[in-house]
Amino acid sequence: MIGSFSWGHFFYLVQSIWWTLVLSGLAFILGSIGGFGVMLARISPRRWLWMPTLVYIECIQGIPLLILLFIVYFGLSVYGFALPALVAAGLAMMVYTSAYLGDIWRGCVEAMPRPQWEAAECLSLTRWQTLRLVIIPQAFRLSLPPTVGFLVQVIKMTSLASVIGFIELTRAGQIINNSIFQPFLIFSLVGAFYFVLCYPLSRWSESMENKLNVSNR
Amino acid sequence: MSAIVKLDQIYKSFGSNQVLKGVSFEVQKGEMIAIIGASGSGKSTALRCIDRLEKIDSGTIEVCGMRVDDPAVDLHKLRQEVGIVFQSYNLFPHLTVQENIMLALRHVKQQPKAQALTVSMAALEQVGLGNKADAYPEQLSGGQQQRVAIARSLAMAPKVMLFDEVTSALDPQLTGEVLRVMEDLAAGGMTMLLVTHEMAFAKRVADRIIYMHQGTVWEVGPGEMLDNPKTPELHAFLNNGL
Amino acid sequence: MGFSLNFAPLAPYWPVFLTGAWLTLKMTTVAIVVGVAIGTLIAFLKRGSNRYIAKACSAYIEAVRNTPFLVQIFLLYFGLASLGIHMPTFAAAVLAMIINIAAYAAEIIRAGLESVPKGQIEAAECLGLSRWRIAWHVMLQPSIERVYPALTSQFLLMMQASAMASQISAEELTAIANTVQSDTFRSLETYIVVAFMYLALSILVKLLAWGFGEYLFKRRRIIRRAALEAARRRPPAIPPFKPAAVVAAAAAANTTNTTNGSAS
Repeated sequence: MIGSFSWGHFFYLVQSIWWTLVLSGLAFILGSIGGFGVMLARISPRRWLWMPTLVYIECIQGIPLLILLFIVYFGLSVYGFALPALVAAGLAMMVYTSAYLGDIWRGCVEAMPRPQWEAAECLSLTRWQTLRLVIIPQAFRLSLPPTVGFLVQVIKMTSLASVIGFIELTRAGQIINNSIFQPFLIFSLVGAFYFVLCYPLSRWSESMENKLNVSNR
Repeated sequence: MSAIVKLDQIYKSFGSNQVLKGVSFEVQKGEMIAIIGASGSGKSTALRCIDRLEKIDSGTIEVCGMRVDDPAVDLHKLRQEVGIVFQSYNLFPHLTVQENIMLALRHVKQQPKAQALTVSMAALEQVGLGNKADAYPEQLSGGQQQRVAIARSLAMAPKVMLFDEVTSALDPQLTGEVLRVMEDLAAGGMTMLLVTHEMAFAKRVADRIIYMHQGTVWEVGPGEMLDNPKTPELHAFLNNGL
Repeated sequence: MGFSLNFAPLAPYWPVFLTGAWLTLKMTTVAIVVGVAIGTLIAFLKRGSNRYIAKACSAYIEAVRNTPFLVQIFLLYFGLASLGIHMPTFAAAVLAMIINIAAYAAEIIRAGLESVPKGQIEAAECLGLSRWRIAWHVMLQPSIERVYPALTSQFLLMMQASAMASQISAEELTAIANTVQSDTFRSLETYIVVAFMYLALSILVKLLAWGFGEYLFKRRRIIRRAALEAARRRPPAIPPFKPAAVVAAAAAANTTNTTNGSAS
C-alpha cells in the first residue's frame, strides 16, 4: 500500500530476533535459579516457608504477565529507577518464570514415590541428602518435557516486552508496519520466525515425553 | 437342523505370523462349545473372527444365516445377534451398572426408557446383581463386573454368546460366581462358545469340546474326551496345564 | 527518594474497574465455549481416517501453539483490516481467542480420547452402537471428565491472555486500567488494583469450574459419598489381647487333646 517490503526490512526483523533470544535466555536462566529456590521452599515442611511460597505462586499464576510487566516497569520508575526496557522486562519475566517453573518442578518432585524417601530414611540420609542424591536426580528426568515446553512459552512471552518499548521481534514488526502498512505480510513473517524458534523445542519436548511414557509402560 | 455358527477353512495371519491355518467347525442351536488350547493356538482369534472383530484372510464364516466374511455384511444386524463378553469386562466407567446395560438397548434397539429399565433390571436379576443397579463399575469386585458385562450382552437378546477367557483375570473365589451364571445360561438353552482354561467346568457343562493346536482344530468331542485324549498333543496339553 | 502509594484517586473509578472485569469474563467465557466446541471437532478430525484433513489440523494446531498470542491478535485485526474487513475490536479479540483456544483444547481433548481403553470401544462396537454414539457416550464423556483439570487451567491462562487484547484497544480490564492510569497519573496503584482484580477473577473462575464439575460429573460425587459411608461403618472392635488368657486357653486345649488321645 504505502511502501513496499524490502530486504532492509527483512534484515531488521532478523536482527531483532537476537534481542528476543537475549531476553528469553535471561528470563529462563534467572527464572530457573529463582524457580529452584521456589521449589525448595514449596516442598519444605516448615510452615513459614511453604505458605508464603504458595501464596506467591498462586498470585503470580493468577495475574497476566502484561500486568506484572506494567507493575515492574511503572513501579520501578516511580521509585526513581529509570530502567531500560530490557531490565524491566527481564525482571518481570524472571518473577513470572520462577513461579511457574517452581510449580512445575515441585510437581515432579512430589511425583517421586514415597518408598524412595523411606528407603533413603532407613539408610540414615538427611532430608537434604535425600533430595540431592535420590529425589532430584530422578525428578530431573521427569521434569525435562514440561520445562522445555515452558521455554517455548518464555520465547512467546517476550513478545509482550514490545508493549514497554523493548525492540524485539514483535516490536520490530510493529515499527515496520507503522511505516509501510502491510500487516498481513509482516506479521505472518514475524509469526513464521517465532515458529522457527519454537517448533523444534516443542517437538523435542514431545519426543522426550514419549520416551518417558514408553519406559513407564 | 442347520448350524447357527459355521466356520469353514478359516485362514488368518497377523503380519508374517499365520495364526489360523484352516479352522472348521459347526455349532448347533442351544449347544455349549468350549474351545481349549495352549496360548498361541489361535482360539481367541477364531472367536473374535466370528463377531468380525478380526477380518479373515480366506474361508467362510456363517452366523444366523449371515456371511460374516462378506465385506458388505450388515454389522449392525450381526452384532445384535451375537453377544461377546471380554476378559477385561470393558464396562463403561462413567455410567452406572444399569446405565451400562441400557445404553445399547436405547440407542441400538431404540427401546423407550421404561422398557429399557425393565429389560436391564431383568438381565441384572438373571446374573444375581439386581441390588447393584445404581452402583458404578469401580465399586464392584471383578466377578461382579464380569457378571454385569454378561448381563449387558444378555439384555440385547442375542442368539449366540461368545465368551473370551472371561474368568482368566479373576481369582478363584470370583471365578465360581461367573461360571455359575454361565451354567445357568447354558441350561436355559443359550448357544454359547467359550474360550476357557477351566477344564473341569468345560468337561461338566459343555456339549462338545474343541481342542485347538497351532491354528487348527486338533480334536473334537464330548467332555469325556479330556479323560481319553486321542492325540499326544492334547495329552501333553492336559498334563502340563497351559 | 521516598514515594508513598496513594489509592485514593482511584476510588471513584470502581464501577469502571468492575465493568472491565465483567467484559474480561464475558470475552473469555464466549471464547472458551466456542473454542472448546471447535477444539473437540478438530480433535476428532485429527484422529479421523482422512489423512489430508488430519495433517491440516496438525498444521493449524502447531502454528497456533508455536506463535505468540499477541502476534496472532495483530495478524487477525490489522491483517484483516488491510484486506478491507474491519471488525469491532471486541469481536476481533474474541475471534483471536477462539482460534487460540481451539488449538489447545484440541490437543487436550485428543489426549483424553486416546486414553480410552480400546477394549471399551470394542465392547461398544460389539453391542451394535453406531460410530457417532460410540464417540459421544464411550469416548467423549469419560475424556471430558479426565481432562477437565487441564481444560480449567487453559481457561485461566486464556483469561490472562485476554489482557493482550488491550493492545488493539479492545474493551477489557487491562485497557480500562490503561485509561484510568493516564487519567489519574497513578500508574503503579492502578495496575496493583487491576492485578488484585485478576486474582479475584481467577479465584471466582476456579470456584465456578469446581462447582460445574461437581454438577456434571455426578459419578465422582456418588463414589466419594459411598467411600465416606464405608469408612463410617467401621469394622467391629477387636477385643484386647490378654496374654495370660491365651496361654491358659492353650494349656487347657493341650490337656483335652492328650486325654482324647488322637492326633488331630
